[in-house]
Amino acid sequence: MDSSKPNADEILERIKKREIRKNKGKLKIFFGMSAGVGKTYAMLQQAKSELDNGVNVVIGYIETHDREETEALVKDIPIIPRKKILYNNIELEEMDIDAILEKGPSLVLVDELAHTNALGSRHKKRYLDVLELLDKGINVYTTINVQHLESRAGNVAQITSIVIRETVPDSILDSADEIELVDISPEELLERLEEGKVYKGEQSARAIENFFKIGNLTALREMALRLTADRVDKQLRDYMHDEKIPGPWKSGQRILVAVSSSPTSEYLIRWARSVSYSMNASWIAIYVETSKPLPDEDKARVKKALDLARELGAEIITSIDEDVVRSILKTAREENVSQILVGKPDKKRIFSFITDKEIVYRLIREGGNIDVYVVSTEKKEKKSSSLKRFLRSQSEISKYLITSSIVGFVALILYPLSEYIGYQTVAMILLLAVALLPLFFGPGPVLLAATSSAIIWNFFFIPPKFTFFIHKIEDALMFAMYFIIATVTSILTTRIRAREYAVRQREKRAVALYNLANDLSSSRSIEDVLNTTVRNIKLVFDAECALFLSDTRGLLFNTYAKGSSLRLDPKEFSVASWSFANGKKAGKFTNTLPSAECQYYPLTSPRKIFGVTAIKFSNKIDLKIDEETLLGSFISQAGVAIERELLNENSKRAMLLEESEKLYVNLFNTLSHELRTPISAIIGTANFLMERSNEKVTAHDRNIIKEIHTAGMRLNRLVENLLDMTRLESGRIKLNLKWYDIRDLVNNIIKDLSDEIEGYKLIINIPESTLPVKVDYVLLEQALKNILYNAVLYTPQGSEICIDVISNKEKFEISVSDNGPGIPDEALNSIFNKFFRVENSKPGGTGLGLSIVKGFIESHNGTICAVNLEPTGTKFIINLPIFELNNKEETK
Amino acid sequence: MSANSNILVIDDEVQIRRLLKLNLQSNNYNIIEAENGAMGLELAASHHPDVIILDLGLPDKDGLDVLKDLRQWSNIPVIILSVRNSENDIVTALDSGANDYLTKPFNTNELLARIRASLRQQYHELTSPVFRSGKLEVDLNSRIVKCNGELVKLTATEYSLLSLFVKNAGKVITHSYILKEVWGLPFSDETQYVRIFIAQLRKKLEDNPNHPELFTTESGIGYRLNII
Repeated sequence: MDSSKPNADEILERIKKREIRKNKGKLKIFFGMSAGVGKTYAMLQQAKSELDNGVNVVIGYIETHDREETEALVKDIPIIPRKKILYNNIELEEMDIDAILEKGPSLVLVDELAHTNALGSRHKKRYLDVLELLDKGINVYTTINVQHLESRAGNVAQITSIVIRETVPDSILDSADEIELVDISPEELLERLEEGKVYKGEQSARAIENFFKIGNLTALREMALRLTADRVDKQLRDYMHDEKIPGPWKSGQRILVAVSSSPTSEYLIRWARSVSYSMNASWIAIYVETSKPLPDEDKARVKKALDLARELGAEIITSIDEDVVRSILKTAREENVSQILVGKPDKKRIFSFITDKEIVYRLIREGGNIDVYVVSTEKKEKKSSSLKRFLRSQSEISKYLITSSIVGFVALILYPLSEYIGYQTVAMILLLAVALLPLFFGPGPVLLAATSSAIIWNFFFIPPKFTFFIHKIEDALMFAMYFIIATVTSILTTRIRAREYAVRQREKRAVALYNLANDLSSSRSIEDVLNTTVRNIKLVFDAECALFLSDTRGLLFNTYAKGSSLRLDPKEFSVASWSFANGKKAGKFTNTLPSAECQYYPLTSPRKIFGVTAIKFSNKIDLKIDEETLLGSFISQAGVAIERELLNENSKRAMLLEESEKLYVNLFNTLSHELRTPISAIIGTANFLMERSNEKVTAHDRNIIKEIHTAGMRLNRLVENLLDMTRLESGRIKLNLKWYDIRDLVNNIIKDLSDEIEGYKLIINIPESTLPVKVDYVLLEQALKNILYNAVLYTPQGSEICIDVISNKEKFEISVSDNGPGIPDEALNSIFNKFFRVENSKPGGTGLGLSIVKGFIESHNGTICAVNLEPTGTKFIINLPIFELNNKEETK
Repeated sequence: MSANSNILVIDDEVQIRRLLKLNLQSNNYNIIEAENGAMGLELAASHHPDVIILDLGLPDKDGLDVLKDLRQWSNIPVIILSVRNSENDIVTALDSGANDYLTKPFNTNELLARIRASLRQQYHELTSPVFRSGKLEVDLNSRIVKCNGELVKLTATEYSLLSLFVKNAGKVITHSYILKEVWGLPFSDETQYVRIFIAQLRKKLEDNPNHPELFTTESGIGYRLNII
């Protein structure tokens, strides 16, 4: 798949990376070959110039080693006080990450990235602190030496024979935005050392003797230079790729490294990482699980190796197959792998040498066009011999005793009988006993039993008795066969048993998962899901568990499912919160806040994190790799189920809302219909009578009819006001915004209220240049009608009522003023309140009119206010938002 | 125009029916009453009324559905009877073929004017192609527009808008109907087009464009060319 152009996926990936980077802080690493080259000094110098540029710089952690030049620089930069941690009565000082986050500087200086934090800190390693700072958007300057890089630690140990314990994953170097190499020649460094500029006094001499040898330094320097050069090269290639400059593209190579339980796997992984890095290829680490059960210590080693590979940027694949080679090659083909790396078979392991060698040969033979590299691995750890392990793995001394005594006991019974049944039959019976033993015991005791039974048979039964001498040739053959059969049977039976055990384990896991899935699918509420999860985890892992969900504000809330006896104190809860906020596991056995009592896993769905699972194991050991996988599946299953229930609840709520909406609309319509019909009848009939030019109707009657009509209109207004108010309060007003001439609206209002404003002097000021407005006609009309009606109601006949409209590009204002008595000042603020009426006002108002006006205007996002005029009168001022008018048509 | 036109009233409220009957009979119309939609449709088919007054809130089916059913086989003018605050329903009804509308509580004169306009529309096609209202004179055959006896020059869009009004004289026409017929924008919200051209027509044809008498605005629904 050699592509000459970046494909869509890659581009997307790059955009994503940039997006992520945008919100993240920038990391700059000052990189050097060893201590004393001046990394801290260079970092401080740059920080100082940033500080002078007005950047908010603080020191998170700096080690000056009492170097004068360095200390002089530190003085100028504000320091966040270190956190004191008491450990075994020793007070240790660590960087105070909370204090830094609280202060929120834009740049933090953190020395010695590879440092391991004291127990009780939030993270195990300082680089994890740095990653958190970067996640929170804070830029970081830091320093590191080449020997502290995980992939180089092995090499450094080889060169200097000093084992490096504090390492950081190489990925942090890759994720750095900038790397500055601080380099001086080894000679100059030694000179500086001798002058005591690096270490003081005796310390200095010791350092020169042990570590600072010219050979060591040259090797380290080469490593540092090469690493930096590799990175520059990669940057150049990335740049060319990004900018679509044709050139040597990414090789398209993919490397697959086969991981085993061998202690050399770690070395192999480091090797694979540096190969893939230099080839600019992606890499995969594969582990094939067979039915052969691994001892716990091997399992732990596999887990560690895979963790390392993940940390170094590999994709991890684990598969289950009896045939390791077949599985590796199948994965290699599926993943388009071009090269496979395997470790060189270990000669000292006699048993596995045969199979390992076979693996290598088969990989080469069946690999087709895939290159196979066999990497020689140095032996790092003295491994206990396989035989010793084999024997030790299952049994205690008591088991050896029991098996031996069973064999002895059988022999004792057979001894007097041997006269009658013959010594060859005795052999068969003994063999039977040995063959049965593996059903109850491990391989060690059984082998012992097999051997001892052979010896017993020889000594006590084969003539001549009580000697190891065998007289007859057939007896000698028989003895040899006996020995072989006993050994082989015991080994085979043990193996079958082990396999059966593994199958049972696997089945147990499958059943556990099935049970959980089954229980979860029949859960009908969130509570149910929580309870089910807690119950199942308790059952399968023998662990207390509690689940915490987030609320709508995105905060974790403290809920406990029934059946969960786990209670968190505030300290533990803060660990849970960290896990939730960062979406990573935390707590015991993890790198973050390992001093916690429980382990915390975020509950996630593909879309978001919605809670945390807290688990407290009753035994103190970390989970095995398969258990951890199972727990992972448990938690993700629970996550899916919880999400399902959350969605379910949401849809239920939406349905309820819809139902209540329907009910409301029905009720509202019925009510308005029932109220309006009789009013319409009253008004209509009165109207009809009034219009009739029949001489039978006297003037007196006509007045009465007019009264009925007026009362009907008043009642109508009240009902309309009440209905409007109800609509407003239910929040059910939907604006129907359209363009209108404000003049049309004012004209219509005056026409509709012509009866009411008779006898008043109406002045309308709408300039020619008035721009059209985008409003809900009906609502604004109603609002203006109410104001106008209000003016009529509270001013005496003959008063002036003035309507002014300003609608231009800056504002849209309608004001209605009168020269009536005005509103008492203390009531000005209350007149828009519901049912508020100015004291001693005329009857006829409902106290709703103005509050409806306010509601309608505010639903337009407008404002309304009332002011008193000098000498008398009131002015209502409405301001409404203006909309951009599409002027194309206007000018045409 | 026949003096004794038949009017079908479809309304479930007996009070409203009685009121309409009172009003209309005293103005020499014959009244047919229906208290629900089904009965209304039946009576419309059997009696061929000249105008139908239809309430939107009926017990058996939505007045809008009655209107749609009716429009499948008949062009009888329909006046919608509705309450305030249901402008959307009115617009929908008008766009579905109703000829006019009336909000409760209604004024007797208003009611009679609507009925007259509807009746006139129905028989309009039979009369001359020259339309007259007040000082306005429009000859749809020769595309001549006169105001106060003088020729008025209109742009193509103005004329097509005016002719749409003339064809629907006395009847309210909705914004969306105008947009569809004149601009060919059936689903558009561009009401400012309509607003601008109405303003231009008023400027050219009204005595006082600020107090229009020919082209009046119907609150939140549309415009009407009045027959004076």
